[in-house]
Amino acid sequence: MDTTKPTAVALDDATVAFRLADNRVYTAVEQASLSVEHGEFVAIVGPTGCGKSTLLNVAAGLLKPASGAVRIFDQPLTGLNKDAGYLFQADALFPWKTAIDNVAIGLEIKGAPRAQALERAQGWLTSVGLGAFAGRYPHMLSGGQRKRVGLAQVLIRDPKILLMDEPFGPLDAQTRQIMGNLLLDLWNADRKAVLFVTHDLEEAIALADRVVIMSAGPGARIIGDWKVPLARPRDISEVRMEREFHALHREIWSVLKDEVMKGYAQSSQAPAEVA
Amino acid sequence: MMSRPVLLFCQLMVAVVGLALWQFLTSVPIFGRILLPPFFFSNPVDVASQIVDWFVRGTIWKHLLITLWESVLAFTIGSVAGVLVGFWFARQPRVAAIFDPYVKMANALPRVVLAPIFTLWLGLGIWSKVALGVTLVFFIVFFNVYQGVKEVSPTVLANGRMLGMSERQLTRHVYWPSALSWMFSSLHTAVGFAVVGAVVGEYLGSAAGLGYLIQQAEGIFDVAAVFAGMFVLSAFVILIDLLVTFVERRLLVWRPDGAGGHG
Repeated sequence: MDTTKPTAVALDDATVAFRLADNRVYTAVEQASLSVEHGEFVAIVGPTGCGKSTLLNVAAGLLKPASGAVRIFDQPLTGLNKDAGYLFQADALFPWKTAIDNVAIGLEIKGAPRAQALERAQGWLTSVGLGAFAGRYPHMLSGGQRKRVGLAQVLIRDPKILLMDEPFGPLDAQTRQIMGNLLLDLWNADRKAVLFVTHDLEEAIALADRVVIMSAGPGARIIGDWKVPLARPRDISEVRMEREFHALHREIWSVLKDEVMKGYAQSSQAPAEVA
Repeated sequence: MMSRPVLLFCQLMVAVVGLALWQFLTSVPIFGRILLPPFFFSNPVDVASQIVDWFVRGTIWKHLLITLWESVLAFTIGSVAGVLVGFWFARQPRVAAIFDPYVKMANALPRVVLAPIFTLWLGLGIWSKVALGVTLVFFIVFFNVYQGVKEVSPTVLANGRMLGMSERQLTRHVYWPSALSWMFSSLHTAVGFAVVGAVVGEYLGSAAGLGYLIQQAEGIFDVAAVFAGMFVLSAFVILIDLLVTFVERRLLVWRPDGAGGHG
C-alpha cells in the first residue's frame, strides 16, 4: 500500500445505538475501529443482523455514531460522505427511469449536459455488459442486471470510496460469481478503496485484500482482521481451488462459526429488534 | 380460460338474453298478467328507439358535451389541486398535522349535501356541477399523492442522497415521479367521480346535461327516456375509462404491471 496517501476510511471506536419504540436503547455496534487504506479492498463478514450494514451506513454518513470518530481521507466526516459511492442491498434504482437515465443521473445532477451524460452512461452500461439494455426500465431487467446498472450508476461518478452492502446477496450462486469477477475487473482499473459487507465468507476471501470479522449483535464488535495472501488479478471461481484459500477459510471460520451460532440462537429466541 | 371469441360470444349472449327477457316480461302476459308493467319498466325496443331518436335529431349532443365539459373541468381542477396540496402536506409534516382534523372532517362529509350550496353560490350553470366534482376528485387525488410521497422507498431516497442530490433534486427526481405515479393509479376512480359530480349536480338542478335529461324524463314518467339516459351515461363513462386506460399505459410504462390500482 502507498503509505503517503491518507487513510480512505477510518472508524475510531465508533459506537452506534438506536432508540427503540419502547424507549430502550439498542446498541448495534460497540467501539468498532476499522480502517480502509487507499486502494484497499476490505470485506466485513459477520452473522446475520450483527450490524455490518450499520457500520457501512456510518462510513457513508447516513448514520451518526453515538460516540467515536469517523474520518474520511483524514478529515472528520460531517453530513454525507461525498467521496463515497454506495451500492445498496435492496433495489435502489429509480423505477421510473430507464437503465441509461438511471446511470446518467449521477452526472446530470452535477450539472453535466444531458447529451454528454447519456454518452458516458452508455459507455458505463457497455462496460457492465448491458450496452443493449439502455432503454429498459428496472422492472424489465433481471436481478443481476439491476445490480449491474446499480454498479454503473455508482461508478460513473468516479467515487474515491466504494461502499457495498451485500450487493450480490439476492442473486443466485452463478450470477454472484459473474458479478464478483465483473467487480474485480472494474476495480482493478483504478483501485478505489472498497468496503464490502457480506455474510458469505468465501465471497469475502475471494474478493478482498483484508477480511474483518464482526461478532454477533447486539453490541457487535470487530473480533478479527485477516490479510488475504492471494495474488491479483484473481478469478473468483478459480481462486476458490487454491490451498491458501482453504487454509485461510478454515482459520477464519473457526472464529466466525461461534458467532454465527450465537447470532442464530439470538435471532431464533428474541423477537427481531433492529434489522 | 376460454378463448377470446368464445368469451365475446358468451358476453354477447348475456346481453341478448337479458334484453330478450326484459322485452318478453314487459309485453307477453304470463297467466293473464304482465309481470313487468311497461309503464314502470318500459321495454328494450322503446328505449332503443328513444336513443336512436336522440342521436338522429341531434338533441343528445348538447347534453353530452355539457356533461363532458363539466367532468373534464372537475377532473382537471380537482387533480391539480390534489397533487399540489398532497405534495405540500407530505413534504411539510407540520402543515399536515395542523390541517389533519379538518381534512378528515371535509372528507367525511357526504358531498351531495354540498350541491344545493354550490347552486346557491355559483348558479344553475356548469360551475356548480364542476365544484361538486372537484370536491370529490380532490380528496382521492390528494390522499393518493400524499401517500405516494410518504411511502417513497427509503432505499431509493438514500440512493438519491448518496448520488449527491440536493433536496430540490430529490423533489424533482424522486418525490415528484413517485407522487405522480400514485396520482395516475387513482386516475380511474378520479375520472369516475368527476362524472358522478357532474351528473348528480345536473340532476339536482340545471338546464342541460345527461343528469338533467334523466331528471326531466323522470318528471314526466317517461321511463323509456330514463333508461335511455342511463344507457347513454354508461356508454359515456366506459368511453372515458378506455381513454384513461390508454393514457395510463403510455405514462406508466415503467410500472411492473402497467397499472396499479389504489383508490
